[in-house]
Amino acid sequence: MSSIGASLKDKFLNGALSITLMSVLFGFLRGGIILLLAGFNPLEAYGVILKGIFSRPKYVSYVIIYSTPLIITGLSVAFALRTGLFNIGAEGQYIMGALAAAAAGYYLKLPMVLHVFTAVGLAVIVAAFWGGLAGWFKARFGVNEVISTIMLNWTALYISNWAITIPSFGRQGTGKTYAIQPTAQIDILGQWKRTPEGIAFLREHPMLWDVLKSPVNLGFVFAILLAGLVWYVLNRTTLGYELRAVGHNPQAAEAGGISVKRSMVISMLFAGGLAGAAGAFQVLGVSHRIATLAIMEGYGFDGIAVSLIGNNSGPGCVFAGLLFGSLKYGGSKIQDVMGAPTEVINIMIGIIIFFVAMPKLIRMILAYRKRRERN
Amino acid sequence: MTSVDFSHKTVEMIDVVKKFGDFTANDRISLTVHRGEVHALLGENGAGKTTLMNCLYGLYRPTEGVIRVNGEDVVISDPNVAIGHGIGMVHQHFKLVEPFTVAENIVLGREPTKTLGRLDMAEAERQVAEISERYGLSVDPQALIQDISVGSQQRVEILKALYRGAEILILDEPTAVLTPSEIKELITIIDNLTSEGKSIIIITHKLHEIKLVADYCTIIRRGTFIDRVEVAKVSEQELAAKMVGRDVSFSVSKSEVVQGDRALTVDNLVVRDNRGIAAVNGLDLQLYHSEILGIAGVDGNGQSQLVEALMGLRQVESGRILLKDHDITHATPRQIIGDHHICSIPEDRQKRGLVLEFDVAENLILETYMRPPFSRRGVLDNGEIYRFADHCAETFDIRPRNTGLQAKSLSGGNQQKVIIAREVSNNPDILVASQPTRGLDVGAIEYVHKALIEQRDNGKAVLLISFELDEIINVADRIAVIFEGRIIGILDGDEADENRIGLLMAGGSA
Repeated sequence: MSSIGASLKDKFLNGALSITLMSVLFGFLRGGIILLLAGFNPLEAYGVILKGIFSRPKYVSYVIIYSTPLIITGLSVAFALRTGLFNIGAEGQYIMGALAAAAAGYYLKLPMVLHVFTAVGLAVIVAAFWGGLAGWFKARFGVNEVISTIMLNWTALYISNWAITIPSFGRQGTGKTYAIQPTAQIDILGQWKRTPEGIAFLREHPMLWDVLKSPVNLGFVFAILLAGLVWYVLNRTTLGYELRAVGHNPQAAEAGGISVKRSMVISMLFAGGLAGAAGAFQVLGVSHRIATLAIMEGYGFDGIAVSLIGNNSGPGCVFAGLLFGSLKYGGSKIQDVMGAPTEVINIMIGIIIFFVAMPKLIRMILAYRKRRERN
Repeated sequence: MTSVDFSHKTVEMIDVVKKFGDFTANDRISLTVHRGEVHALLGENGAGKTTLMNCLYGLYRPTEGVIRVNGEDVVISDPNVAIGHGIGMVHQHFKLVEPFTVAENIVLGREPTKTLGRLDMAEAERQVAEISERYGLSVDPQALIQDISVGSQQRVEILKALYRGAEILILDEPTAVLTPSEIKELITIIDNLTSEGKSIIIITHKLHEIKLVADYCTIIRRGTFIDRVEVAKVSEQELAAKMVGRDVSFSVSKSEVVQGDRALTVDNLVVRDNRGIAAVNGLDLQLYHSEILGIAGVDGNGQSQLVEALMGLRQVESGRILLKDHDITHATPRQIIGDHHICSIPEDRQKRGLVLEFDVAENLILETYMRPPFSRRGVLDNGEIYRFADHCAETFDIRPRNTGLQAKSLSGGNQQKVIIAREVSNNPDILVASQPTRGLDVGAIEYVHKALIEQRDNGKAVLLISFELDEIINVADRIAVIFEGRIIGILDGDEADENRIGLLMAGGSA
């Protein structure tokens, strides 16, 4: 434990973590300036955001719900990046996973736990195929994965929209599919909270009632487990060793006998599967259906930002995803309460990434401070 | 050597200290160089030579100490300041833009322009041709860097510094990558430069070359100043002893071993390089157990492509590679290493040999990570991995003894030890060593040669590819000379002499 503590301390003081924290700080400072320019009191706005995140149990559970898919798509992007691949396609893989989960959840009739696992499993397989396709294109034909995944994103979007028009799947005229079977849902006490006994019980337990007002579900638990899994696979298995070797130096990996092409395909299979799981948990836990999309929802694209802020590590993605979810949920409240533009939140996120991408500047500032302390 | 102007000190470094955290890389080192002088900076790998020069070139800021250029105290905060003071540096690993032409690389950052800032490439090429003529550095201004030999790339680096007005030129291990004839050319170039009044600092550990070119020599060992000597007054032996701190033997002691069975046959092999030219063009070769077969030749005669083909890293166009009776012409690298027990020490250790971001232990298992004891059922066993790594560090004297350090933080010689430790521990039947001593110091070279001879004494077949003729003659039992992708002559190690091989290397007949 002490060595973990020491290495954590080391990371905090010298490594990526301090850079990330500084970046977040800069993001808030800059966001404050923009709020000021727009004629709002930044302190008040940040107060509203903090209140909007923490002041009620329901808010906290909404933050967690918002964060869940972002954490997992972040893991997807991070996984591919460790092999040196830029997975812009988490969005499309997410859509394919959501589609597969919605179909499996609606058409299949299975007992409770099994139904969930089947639906998630199918979603992961379909999305892994979708990601693996981009990996295979790269390995076989040398197609840049950035281009192929962007194209696959649109393909996925239109496949999903088309599927919703199938009469037995989509509810005519609503642009949505039928809700999945209750056996496939992963809401916590989702059925019970609507029964008379449930309502009676919750009346006497307002805290719990408040939490259950949100579509609180098991997705977050799975997200944490997946973050642990990603960390384990990358750092403790031969597969992860191969993928990291290819990511750092494909030529040395090849000379050592590692198949670079195979690693590319496997990495994209994994990345796709992860993004697909994000889509599945969203359908099984929150939306219970999919809807026609005019444009992409952005879960996959936000995953890129989460991965960057989380330093492409499993645990890092959890924290970055939570930060992202908090800002998105809490930030939306400055519009309602103060009439301030929520775009400020997106600007802040952009600035945070901007600084994360400029570690040198932050190191310079940290070194400057250190020197001043010494003198 | 007669051009030294003792009245003019161009560089003075006084009591320079450079610390990295707790580690002192340079501990009060002083260095003085005069106008027209060739000054050698001698020391083992990791002694702190490059660190000291990086301080002079502005890549590092010294922790303590004074630097004077032409008698004035200066603070060199970055390489642009160094260039402003007339200091130029040619790094061991060249810093060139590969898809650019020679002229584009040389003028990069100081491009001649026509009106409205339009690039004047004709003028650039004219200027490059002019300085290359003046100092006798022949290059083709229009050739792409990726297409020219390492020796030419080095000339481009020197021209780059001269184009920027360098009066003081730092050359970091300049001969490490050169052929014997290229080394002669370099020495001529250095003479031309000093007679024009330039000062040259050569970072090296090749004593022979110090004797040939340098006027004075500063010796450092483990970060501390040992001595400053006038080269003409000391012997190579004395220099070596000062550098290493003990007496060193130069000759390689080899016992007689009877050549064993045939290990590898290469039959009429044709391999194309990246430009589609048949770099290996009908090559025949037989390698036997219990022998070191040296391949001598000038850089760029198909050596790299031959090795890549042998290791399964490059497609074979035609011909066959036979291991005893197995045809391994189209085997994958994994099959070649794992099933056929052929291991290699790659020519470019940072590109092919190591994953620089991995730590030493992770690099040591690059070919064996998927086997017990390092992993079981796909799960790595870090306990075993680091135990093995510590054992390797001890056996192969990898410094520092911290296998959790990233490979990129090790000195060149210790990086090479990591590769040798990995390949030798893998217990191959055939060991292919490409320029295994490139950029290493005397102590490390001795070590590598011993390791190769030990492999041969244990009945292994060793294929040694080197541009250093001395090395081939000293170490190899048989010498094959490669020219334009073919073996054009095979000599016994005993009867080989430098002149005969030199003639063959240039394409003549012996």
